[in-house]
Amino acid sequence: MLRYTAQRLLGAIPLILGISVISFVFMQLAPGGPDAMFARNGRMSDEQLAAIRRNMGLDKPVPVQYLHWLKNLLRGDLGTSYVQNRPVTRIILERLPNTLILVGAGLGLALVLALAFGVLAAVRQYSLFDHAVNAVAFFGLAMPVFWFGLMLQLFFGVRLGVLPTAGMHATGETGALDLLKHLVLPAFTLGIGSIAGWSRYVRSSLLEVIHKDYIRTARAKGVRERVVLLRHALRNALIPFVTVVGIDIPLYAVGAVVTETVFAWPGMGRLFYDSLAARDYPVQMGILVLSAFAIILGNLVADLLYAILDPRIKYG
Amino acid sequence: MEGTRIESRPSARAFAGRDRAGRSHARIAWERFRRHRLAMLGLVLLGLLTLMAVAAPVIAPYGPDEQDLFNITAPPSRAHWLGTDELGRDVLTRVMYGGRVSLAVGLAAALISSLLGVVVGAVAGFYGGWVDAALMRFIDLMLAFPALFFLLVLFTIVPASVANVVLFLGLFGWMWLARVIRGEILALKELEFIDAARAIGASSGRIIVQHLLPNVVAAIIVSTTLSMAYNMIAEATLDFLGFGVPPNVPTWGNMLTGAANYYIQVPLLPVAPGAVLVLAILAVNFIGDGLRDALDPFTEW
Repeated sequence: MLRYTAQRLLGAIPLILGISVISFVFMQLAPGGPDAMFARNGRMSDEQLAAIRRNMGLDKPVPVQYLHWLKNLLRGDLGTSYVQNRPVTRIILERLPNTLILVGAGLGLALVLALAFGVLAAVRQYSLFDHAVNAVAFFGLAMPVFWFGLMLQLFFGVRLGVLPTAGMHATGETGALDLLKHLVLPAFTLGIGSIAGWSRYVRSSLLEVIHKDYIRTARAKGVRERVVLLRHALRNALIPFVTVVGIDIPLYAVGAVVTETVFAWPGMGRLFYDSLAARDYPVQMGILVLSAFAIILGNLVADLLYAILDPRIKYG
Repeated sequence: MEGTRIESRPSARAFAGRDRAGRSHARIAWERFRRHRLAMLGLVLLGLLTLMAVAAPVIAPYGPDEQDLFNITAPPSRAHWLGTDELGRDVLTRVMYGGRVSLAVGLAAALISSLLGVVVGAVAGFYGGWVDAALMRFIDLMLAFPALFFLLVLFTIVPASVANVVLFLGLFGWMWLARVIRGEILALKELEFIDAARAIGASSGRIIVQHLLPNVVAAIIVSTTLSMAYNMIAEATLDFLGFGVPPNVPTWGNMLTGAANYYIQVPLLPVAPGAVLVLAILAVNFIGDGLRDALDPFTEW
């Protein structure tokens, strides 16, 4: 187990390196760049421009620049934002908690609802509820997230006027209740795809388990149906589900860029979106590499959890 | 995404006893598919939407960019069945024209993904060894990419034309299919009929194309369908974020984006393009589910 973990962690290093190299090359291909702002300035002399480029290390060949960036990355330094002139690490760390709040809320909501819907639909297979969950799931998977967000804004924000449609806090407010009110719509928007996909997943894997012999044995022993379902069936049905969730969690953070844009949520996705327009490459690089790392980590944790939860699986 | 299989319906089990002799695989699959009510509904819906998109220049009441400046954001009326948008363009006309791009982008990107997935998966599975190892590492790399972030960065570099959107969506969508194909081919190539083909002197290319690929057609078809639905959502999302097809081109995504800026004043504006988009994706997903059941030799019915 320990060896497998170590192996997987070592295997992740070339992946991250590969992604950072490719991202770096693309940033070099991109128009604009750190010196473009100064080059536009007509009063700037060539010598001054050259000095600025030297200062920023832009006179060096690309591979040298990359190694420099990599060396700093290992020390937790992602460079300096062109726009804000502050360390990228600090800018990202400021935004990260906001994204984590949103992702956490969306994830929690999706888990609770998907489990409830999935289990109930499986228990009452082919009932009206089952068909309703199925229909909702189909629609949930067919709706573009941003459109769903807009419709929520329109209905709850504009028509009913009960929930705020943008931002994290009303002006001047900092309370938790205010945050919660602002959180409802974006969290639901972020979670809708998973509510749809996961509830179908939970349903079908629970149905698969429910016909196994040991469930019949448990029932024959006279165990209460509730206990059979929750203790015997669900626990086993959820093993593959853990993997699915583990893989999906980092994708949540990436998908948050859409939700954060729709709801003007000041998180990492929104930061990324803004940095595109501003051509703030160090910020883009930082977020790209961090999210790639999160995706790899999510996959790894999912695999390890799978092995821990299912004693039949042995690694190395 | 994987593993969300719909159980065969009890009503369909009546079909199990029917004799299958003398009928081709395609015929059996089609007969199963026809019994899948949602899939047939999807097929009809998608057919109608496609027809509407293809015939748009003939049946649309106005030109796609034609403006009626006396009727801006007008409600539905006899002259404009679905009203007009923020620039006075007829919504019905643009919904029709929008389908041309949205449906075509979804399908074209899905075909690119499938082609790449099949080639990479077949090569990796058939040749094995270091080729397989290298390709699998490459797939790991592609899957670790935060695809949406990377697409957005790409579109700040290359101009966001319809062709580029198709190309890049295709380039980021082939990995899962490649893995599936590789797995199946890995198992298939150990069977006797492959030994037999080799014994009569068939080349590797011939074995892959003639003997192996026909056995994985089901996976390819289902994956292409589902990835078409995914790509249509992705295209609309890119449009919405301002990094997709240029905003003057009528696509369902662009119409939604335009409508999003005015939806407080004109709440009905996002409804029509959103509804057709969701309907089209639903239709494609229904067809995908029906195909999965119809093509799976292990389904009982």
